[in-house]
Order: sequence, then C-alpha cells, then structure tokens
Amino acid sequence: MIELSGITKSFNSGKPNQFTAVDNVTLTVNPQQITVLKGPSGSGKTSLLTMIGCMARPTSGRIFLHGVAAAVPFQQEGVDSVEITSLPERFLNDIRRSTFGFIFQQFNLVKGITVLENVMLPAYPTGERRSNFRDRAVALLEQFSISRHAGQRIELLSGGELQRVAIARALINNPAIIIADEPTAHLDSKLSHEFMAIVGRMKGEGKSVLIASHDPIVFDSPLIDRMVEMRDGAVVTSGSCR
Amino acid sequence: MKRAVERHLNILEFTLASLLRRRAKNLALLAMYLLVIFMLASLQFFVTALKREAALILTDAPDMVVQRLTAGRQDLVPDRYAAEIAKIKGVSAVRSRLWGYYYDALNGANYTIMTGDDSAAPPGTAIGAALAKSRNLQVGDLLPLISYDKSPVMLEIGSIFPSSSDLVAADLIVISPVEFQQLFNFPDGQATDLAVTVRNPKELPTVAAKIASQFPDSRPILKSEIQRTYQSIFDWRGGMTLMVLASALLSFIIFAWDKATGLSAEERKEIGILKSIGWETSDVLLLKFWEGLVISLTAFLLGVVLAYGHVFFLSAPLFAQALKGWSVIYPRFQLVPVVNAYQLAVLFFLTVVPYTTATVIPCWRAATIDPDAAMRY
Repeated sequence: MIELSGITKSFNSGKPNQFTAVDNVTLTVNPQQITVLKGPSGSGKTSLLTMIGCMARPTSGRIFLHGVAAAVPFQQEGVDSVEITSLPERFLNDIRRSTFGFIFQQFNLVKGITVLENVMLPAYPTGERRSNFRDRAVALLEQFSISRHAGQRIELLSGGELQRVAIARALINNPAIIIADEPTAHLDSKLSHEFMAIVGRMKGEGKSVLIASHDPIVFDSPLIDRMVEMRDGAVVTSGSCR
Repeated sequence: MKRAVERHLNILEFTLASLLRRRAKNLALLAMYLLVIFMLASLQFFVTALKREAALILTDAPDMVVQRLTAGRQDLVPDRYAAEIAKIKGVSAVRSRLWGYYYDALNGANYTIMTGDDSAAPPGTAIGAALAKSRNLQVGDLLPLISYDKSPVMLEIGSIFPSSSDLVAADLIVISPVEFQQLFNFPDGQATDLAVTVRNPKELPTVAAKIASQFPDSRPILKSEIQRTYQSIFDWRGGMTLMVLASALLSFIIFAWDKATGLSAEERKEIGILKSIGWETSDVLLLKFWEGLVISLTAFLLGVVLAYGHVFFLSAPLFAQALKGWSVIYPRFQLVPVVNAYQLAVLFFLTVVPYTTATVIPCWRAATIDPDAAMRY
C-alpha cells in the first residue's frame, strides 16, 4: 500500500514564477489494484507519479510504502513500511529499482540497441548475474509475443510493439508496483484496449498498477479498481469503481 | 563483492553494445587514436633501442680518447704524446689511431676509413656489408679509391663485416697504415687521436687531468662523456621527429577532445532514460568511464603491439631515415627488443588517462539530472 500525506510539490519556490503542481494531496493506493489518476493536462498527475516513484521529492508532506519491505534492500527485518520522502538519494535509487516499474508516455526506449538489451537495461546496474535477468527478459518477451524481435533494434518496431517492449522493461526487476504515465497517448484504440488487457494480467499476477491518464479507454475500463480525479494539483474526487 | 563485479561486467557489456551503435564513428576514432599511439610508441621503442645499441657498442670503446687541438679545432697528435702518456702511472696502453672520412662521388656516400690494428685479421681491406652491397663488391674484388693527388689507390677486399655489425660498420673501410698514408698523404709520426686504456676506471679523471696538465693543447675525452653525447644525439633526433609529429598529434587531441567532451542531445536523453529506470549517477559515470577506457585502452594496447612489430621486426621503416642518421648508406640491422616500462607508463598516462577523463567529466552534469526529467520528454 502507498500512503500519501499532505503532499505538495512547488517549483521555483520563493520566486515570482512559483508554481504549485501538486497541492496538499492525501491519498491511499491499495495493493494489487489498478488505480487511475484522471485529469486534464497540467492537473498534477505526472508530478504525483514522479514523487510516488521516488524520482522526485515533494516540497512538503510524506509518502509511506507499506508491505513492500522484502523488495527494499536496506529495510530492517520485521519492519514492514518505509517513509521514502526523507531517504537519501542512494536508497531512493534502490527502492526505485526494486519496487517500481515505469512505463512512460514516450516509451523512452534506447535507440540503436536491441529489444532484448532494452528490456534488460534496468537490471544491468543491480549486480545480478546477467544470465539470470537475461532469462527473465526472454520469458517476458515471449509473454508479450515479441520474442521474434528480441535481436532487432527498436527502430524497426511498430508503436504497439514498442509499448510491449516498454512494459517488459518495466517488469524486468519484478517490481511490486507498476507506474504508467499516459501509456495510451500514442496508441490507437485497438492497441489501447490491448494495453489494458495486459494491465489486467499484471493485476492478476499480484502487481499494483498506478496509471495517470485522460484517455476514456483507460478510465472507463472495467478492470480498474479505483479512480482519483485531479484538477489544478488537487484531488477532486476519489473512489472505488467496484 | 560478487555483486560489484557483476555490476561492472554488466555495465561493461552494455558499454560494448552501446559503442557498436555508432560503429563507423567509433572505429574512425579508434583508428586515429591507434595511429597516434603507434607513432609515439614506435618513436619511443626506436630511440630507446638505439640508445641501448650505442651503449653496447661503447662498452668496447677505449676508456679515454686523447685529441689535440690547434686554434680550437682538432689537429693531428704527434707520436711522442703517446710515448709520454704511456709513462703516466695507471695507464696500461696507448694506441695511436688513424682514421678519416672519404667522399665517394660514385654514390654520394661518405665512408669512414681507419687503419686496422688486429694482426690476426685476414689480409686485405675489410669493408662494411652495406658498402659492399651499394658498390656490388665481393671478397677478392678491387675497390678503387681516389687519393689526395687524384691518383687511384686499388684496395683488394679481404673480408666483409657481417650484417650484424652494420650499426658500427655499415660504411666502414679498414685498411693498412701504408694505404692510409697513400690515400690521404698522412704525415709520418702523427695520429688522428690516441686511445688510452687505464687499469683502474676510478683513476680515469685523475689520468685525464694529468694528460691535460702535461699537454695543454690536448683534449682527453672519457668514454662516459661519449656515451652521454650519444644519448643526447638520439634524444635530440627523437625530439626532432616528435616535433614533426606534433601537428598530427595536436589535430588528434582537438578531434578526440571534441568527440569525448561533446555530449549530443541524444546522449543526454539516453542518460535521462537510464536515470529514470533506476540507474544511479555513479552507474552512468561508470558507463562513460568504460566507454572512454575501452576505446583508449584498445588503441593503446594495439598501438604498442604494432609499434613493437614495426620497430623490432621490421626495423622501423617509417622512422629509420630520420633517426638512424642522415646518410647515403644506412646500416641494416635488427634492433634488440628493449622496452622502457617507465616511458610506456608515461605514454599510458598521457593518452589513456586524459581521454577517459575527458569522456567522463562532461557527463557529470548530465548524469546528475533528476530522474523525473525523462518523464517529461
């Protein structure tokens, strides 16, 4: 479970052009569910995701991760939750690697290297044996029916295939939580439905999925468990879809 | 520990995959880098080997050579000097040497002509192998030289020095004192210089001082001084060649600096992506470190190996003319491999280290961007 308490994120603090992207958000994201952050551009969805995913720190407020202790390398035995906002950068990196998998709007795949290498990319600095994460990457490519492209460079892939490579990459370190920022923004309707089906499978495998989107195919999907509507950096409504 | 090693291996593996992406550009850089290392290492190997050869040759040289100066220039030494010097305490032998130079208009070469003192040597004239080849001479042939009064002096070739002694004997002609006198009209009772042997090497400076005191117009030259002069000559020649290479070196440095320090927008974006998927700043810097090291170390090792082959197996055809001396007849000889570890280390630290550093430093700023930047591309 992810618990956000009074999270605020301001840019250019103290300057005339100060801008508050996220304003005093208190929220709970339940485990093994699909939670969607819905709202127009500039509503603070991406900023909130970056803070939950340990990519940025809030200006104020606290974020707790509950029940992910096993995935946090430095966690003391018997302690099941960790407050991530006050951790040093090195620990945040550890958590980001082991706990979160990211799917970006622009896919953010590295050009010039193969599909397989792209999928393995987050695992390279972990110090895990290469043959281990390579096997996992091959299995993921098979799972997403793109194993025939494993040795190809990503420039040769279609939009849907790129999306699946990005999903496989997000799963390579076997994270407990998947964060997706506008994942269907560059997909047609058919591919967007396919994406949601994959997300449903991930939930079935026990992953928590957090999606920021203003695409009806996402937030109208029967698969989602919880909807959080945002506007101007604040939560407008939040409720279960079940 | 094991995880740290695996991390390095994994990132190194990704580095290699990453380098292959810009194959043509990186290969061109590697080729240029390799060429520079090859030239510098060849120069270094060659000069070091020549200096060693020169030092070896001088081990057989006399302990001291005594010349006579007139008006600041070398003049002939009367035989009585030899007799007087032989009486100085500590001197074991004094030998009068006759030698000079002969210009051969036929092939434009200068020969070194000296008289032999070895009674066990075969009769007739001994010549260097390079000279024999250039004049197409064999044992038993006649070598005509023109004497001081334009009359021919016919020398019968008694022996030819083996090629292994080319470094000292390539252009050498050893004749009898009588022939030497005929050729140059050399005055009787005089020598070009004196070779002095001293029993105890520690007494050399004392003996030299006594000679200088007894014969104020003499100039005693110690073997150590000759050795030092040789070293300086080869250092100077190496320096000259280095100057010629300097412009090429400078071009490479500018090119490499530009390549290593310039971070393209694509590279910046890649760093952002790596950060966003969990790479730490240190991981990115490690990637760039390996990138720099793979290129520079490959160039260094290949360049040094090629230079070794160039100098010690092919006798340095690229530098021979500039470094062996400016001459018409070049000695042909195989240099004995000698590697100066200190100089190689200097070459390593002047090439590999700056390049690797130049690759890592500009990435520092890019690698410290917030990981969330990639979310906003």
